[in-house]
Amino acid sequence: MNQFQNLTKGFLKENPILVLVLGTCPTLATTTSSLNGMGMGIATTFVLAGSNAVIALLSGVIPDKVRIPAFIVIIASFVTIVDLIMQAYVPDLYKTLGIFIPLIVVNCIVLGRAEAFACKNSVTSSLIDGIGMGLGFTMALGILGAFREIVGSGSIFGHKFISGDGILVFILAPGAFMALGYLIALVNRIKKS
Amino acid sequence: MAKTESTFKNMVLSLTLISLVSSACLGFVYELTKKPIELSNLSKKLDAVKQVVPEFTNDPNKEMFRLPTGEGDSLDIYPAKSGDKVTGYAVSTFTSKGFNGKIYLMAGFRLDGSIINISVLEQKETPGLGTKMTEPAFKDQFRDKNPDTFGLKVKKDGGKVDAITAATISSRAFCDAVQKAYNTLKKGGLL
Repeated sequence: MNQFQNLTKGFLKENPILVLVLGTCPTLATTTSSLNGMGMGIATTFVLAGSNAVIALLSGVIPDKVRIPAFIVIIASFVTIVDLIMQAYVPDLYKTLGIFIPLIVVNCIVLGRAEAFACKNSVTSSLIDGIGMGLGFTMALGILGAFREIVGSGSIFGHKFISGDGILVFILAPGAFMALGYLIALVNRIKKS
Repeated sequence: MAKTESTFKNMVLSLTLISLVSSACLGFVYELTKKPIELSNLSKKLDAVKQVVPEFTNDPNKEMFRLPTGEGDSLDIYPAKSGDKVTGYAVSTFTSKGFNGKIYLMAGFRLDGSIINISVLEQKETPGLGTKMTEPAFKDQFRDKNPDTFGLKVKKDGGKVDAITAATISSRAFCDAVQKAYNTLKKGGLL
């Protein structure tokens, strides 16, 4: 597999949300608007790329029996860095995403990629894998967020295009499940043909 | 690369090293972001004060003082002065009755007790519903109203406030926070 395929496999073929259905908790909770979804996606991408690269670099040194705690320490450090940086430079986005930024630590995509890919591959491949997976995640969250924002509150990226409310249920939790379900069905259809 | 064996020594050593390096990195980033975080928090407070009280010539942040609410906690009061005369108070108030936890508001009052303006500092309400409390359509109805004569309750509860559609709990919480600010000022003898 060349590096280009390595990057793009996260977009559709192995998209963490739409195909692997990993990390759905932050997905459902943060996609109330397109900006929130994408902000969450970008923060996760940074953590994924960073932790993948460092874990690939250290995989030879970390003894097998303590690899999970070691991975978690590395991932948690990256998450805390993202957390502090967002708090400092994008305080508004940080406020809306709230608890879901620290919770990236327990996002199964991040540990999943560390276990399944980074500890068996080179630093470059792992970095690219992390970026690709992260972008796939961002894309899925962006699309889901945009859909829910358009249908639910009649606006896109915070700009209102109809006055009044949309179909409110799409902003709330049940709408998140419905929208994600339709999106996954659509992706399955595309993948089949 | 040969895998390091899982002996006790190796495990302790590798985990210790990883934790040490991680904490060093974190300390570095913490120092780096400490200033900007403080600044953004401060400017947010100041912006809110500017929005909710009339023009002032003093530095409300420096003259900030605390008043007990009478419910076991206290609120930050920012006095707005032009010259030596107090023209109004900005009260940093909050409520725990929000739909998703606490809501923090900055409410500005004239000396006669009427509300000048209200600004939402922090809220975690449902996006698209409760978050409408930050929009003028809802919070402008409080302008120039005196809580003494204007029932600070949603119409459903016998007050005069038009609640946000599908977000009555958030609207109630908003009123609760404003009422708390008013009561505190009143109790402190400032109005």
